[in-house]
Amino acid sequence: MNALRSILARRETGIAVMIVLFTIAVSLYKPQFFTLNSLRVILLLTPLVMIAAMGQMLVLVARHVDLSMGSMLGLSAMITGMMFRDMPYIPWPLGFVVAIGIGTMLGLINGALVTLFRLPSIIVTLGTLNLYRGLTFIVSNARQVDRQFVPSDLKGLSQTSPIFGIPWIIFMAFAVVLLTYWFAMHTRVGRQIFAVGSNPVAAPLRGVKVTQVTLLVFAISGALSGLAGIMYASRWGFVNPSNTGFGFEFQVIAAVVIGGVSINGGVGSVVGVMLGVLLMGCVAAALPLLGIPGTAQGAIYGAVILVALLIDRSVRRQGISGLKLVRV
Amino acid sequence: MREAEATPLISARGISKSFGGVEVLRDVDLDLAKGEIHALLGENGAGKSTFAKILAGVHLPTRGTLALDGRPVEVSNPVVAQKLGITLIHQEPISFPDLSVAENLVLGRSEDGWFSGVPWAEMTRDAQRSMDLLGVSIDVTRPMRGLSIADQQMVEIARALASNSRLIIMDEPTAPLTPREVETLFGIARRLRDEGRTIVFISHRLEEVRALCDRVTIFRDGDKVATDTIGNLSDVDIIRLMIGRPLKEYIHKHSAEIGDVALEVQGLTLPGVFQDISFSVRRGEIVGLGGLVGAGRTDVARAIFGITPATSGVVKVDGKAVAIKEPEEAIALGLALVPEDRAVAGIFRTLPVEQNITAAIPQRIAPAGIIRRAVEKAFALGSVKQLRIRLASLNQPIGELSGGNQQKAILARWLLVDPSILILDEPTRGIDIGVKAEFYDMIGELAEQGKAILLISSEMPELLALCDRILVMAEGRLTAEIPRAEASQEKIMSAAVPRVEIAA
Repeated sequence: MNALRSILARRETGIAVMIVLFTIAVSLYKPQFFTLNSLRVILLLTPLVMIAAMGQMLVLVARHVDLSMGSMLGLSAMITGMMFRDMPYIPWPLGFVVAIGIGTMLGLINGALVTLFRLPSIIVTLGTLNLYRGLTFIVSNARQVDRQFVPSDLKGLSQTSPIFGIPWIIFMAFAVVLLTYWFAMHTRVGRQIFAVGSNPVAAPLRGVKVTQVTLLVFAISGALSGLAGIMYASRWGFVNPSNTGFGFEFQVIAAVVIGGVSINGGVGSVVGVMLGVLLMGCVAAALPLLGIPGTAQGAIYGAVILVALLIDRSVRRQGISGLKLVRV
Repeated sequence: MREAEATPLISARGISKSFGGVEVLRDVDLDLAKGEIHALLGENGAGKSTFAKILAGVHLPTRGTLALDGRPVEVSNPVVAQKLGITLIHQEPISFPDLSVAENLVLGRSEDGWFSGVPWAEMTRDAQRSMDLLGVSIDVTRPMRGLSIADQQMVEIARALASNSRLIIMDEPTAPLTPREVETLFGIARRLRDEGRTIVFISHRLEEVRALCDRVTIFRDGDKVATDTIGNLSDVDIIRLMIGRPLKEYIHKHSAEIGDVALEVQGLTLPGVFQDISFSVRRGEIVGLGGLVGAGRTDVARAIFGITPATSGVVKVDGKAVAIKEPEEAIALGLALVPEDRAVAGIFRTLPVEQNITAAIPQRIAPAGIIRRAVEKAFALGSVKQLRIRLASLNQPIGELSGGNQQKAILARWLLVDPSILILDEPTRGIDIGVKAEFYDMIGELAEQGKAILLISSEMPELLALCDRILVMAEGRLTAEIPRAEASQEKIMSAAVPRVEIAA
């Protein structure tokens, strides 16, 4: 266990250390950052990205990428929101079934295009990124689903819960993380995803059904985007055809890569991704507090991502050179 | 020699295999007994690896049948082979570098459903136990990435045993191993044989085959030419059987005037790759460099050309010692290297033929950094005519041409540099007989023009027909230098097979 554990531990510790250092640095400058309230802000910023990041992680581990997450989120949120608006008699929990179902379907379309036509996933999902966004405009007639149509019980999930008043969506995100951990580490198909990404040529020689595994990761990616879609409606109370989920995939991919998932497939850990998402949440929460004007926030955010990746890369280099020494 | 039991473990009957119309294996009948170590021998391309891959379900035979324990079986893919108890261990094992050793051992063994659990603790314990049984100390929780090739092979053997394989095929397992690791491997192979398993051992090294194997089957040009107890065959017999075909006579009218020494190499060494290589090539001379694949011939060429320079030794061009550290310097000194694997090192697949041909002379087609299309076209057109390259248009991507014409275009590229020393690495590999003959003529013509030519080739008839002298390498050393008048396939082969001395 030691070798493997220590390498994984080092990667995850690295991100944890970055979070701590960042928190200390900001708190020294603005003490109010180090409060329960800002923890609440951070946690409220992260559930959507957290959930989607789990799906994106599985896709990247399988040596693919899903660029269409934001559009899948937008389309499933839009259809669900329109259902709330046009069929108010439908019980609101059914919204979860609809959003996740639509997301799964959209993800399966991605997976089918990738596997049936052997197209690179980066191209397929770049296409569906635009296709699904366009469909969102078409089905909604470019109209927003306004606040009064989103059920208040649904909105309530993002406000509080009987457990220390921590909003339900945070628990939901945590549940998805746990479920993904179990799935990735303790089910046979979960390990097969890693095998496919680690050596796609060898996987079928060992009886791994690469097509099915690929379809599955894209379906999961879609399902989790759909779940993030209805949670968007809960968190913000409206669904807008152009804003909802726009640019979402880039936040997700950034968090996942910061979390140590290799874009070359085969490598990724749930804990690392979770920490990656939290680090991004910390940064997002700190920027307004530091008085950085809204116009500059995007640039700062991007710079932080690059710095985190550079730090991570240098850690990983050393890790690999260490392995080489062992080999000689 | 152990007595073969009544029913062989595997009976192959009439196994044939074609790739794209080319028959690489013809009507092979072979019985593998239980509890024997059986060597497959043959030249590169003789069909031994193809046969092994058919046994292991990697390839399907075009014709023929396999029987296991006397019952006909269809080994349709490697997973089926595994279930039947047949495992193929590749020279460099196929693994999942990011997964742990234990997971690599287990993957694909279970038939359980997708969502059934992964028993980590049990898996790790079992994996460690199989390693202990083999007597190797590998931490099974570490990732596969970074394991030595010897250790990776051990993991594969452990995998074969864990799935209770009765036939274990090792495809040239010893080539990347140290002598110590080879000993360990042989010890394990003997133990497995004594347990009643069958081992198929593919190797080029006769002394290893002698040390390990009970019986040997020799392949030549896709035919099985002999199966016998190893003790019944002398090394000379084996080599004769391996090359035995009648010598094809190529009409060779190369009558160039041999001039001064153009390229001289003294004591060239790159540790672990080649040692103490010394030879010279004169103007107008064609010097062959023979040997088995992996003997280090290409590495010597790459060292001379400055791609991966040697660490010690002297290279002299026209009598002057030079230190070539970059291919550019080699080109400036009048050297050209037509590389072995054109797909990897030679062509720009998606670019037009025209640009591929003129790629080595940028200063002539683009004097001020701006390409003059007319000049480029003129150069390319001249080459196409001279070398009779068959194409639809100069603007055609080179990837669309046949292999032989691609090779001609690469040769054309280097001829435009007008080198005085030309190194050709396997120039005729994978091209048709007809185009080959054209190549031979062309190489002869180049020698007549006074160029010094070093021809690396695995095809002995080619070396015998074209070369004024033939150098042979084995395992990184020069083992023979044979003048044209004395050259024979037997002499080349015995120098190419490592550490075997035969007076043929």
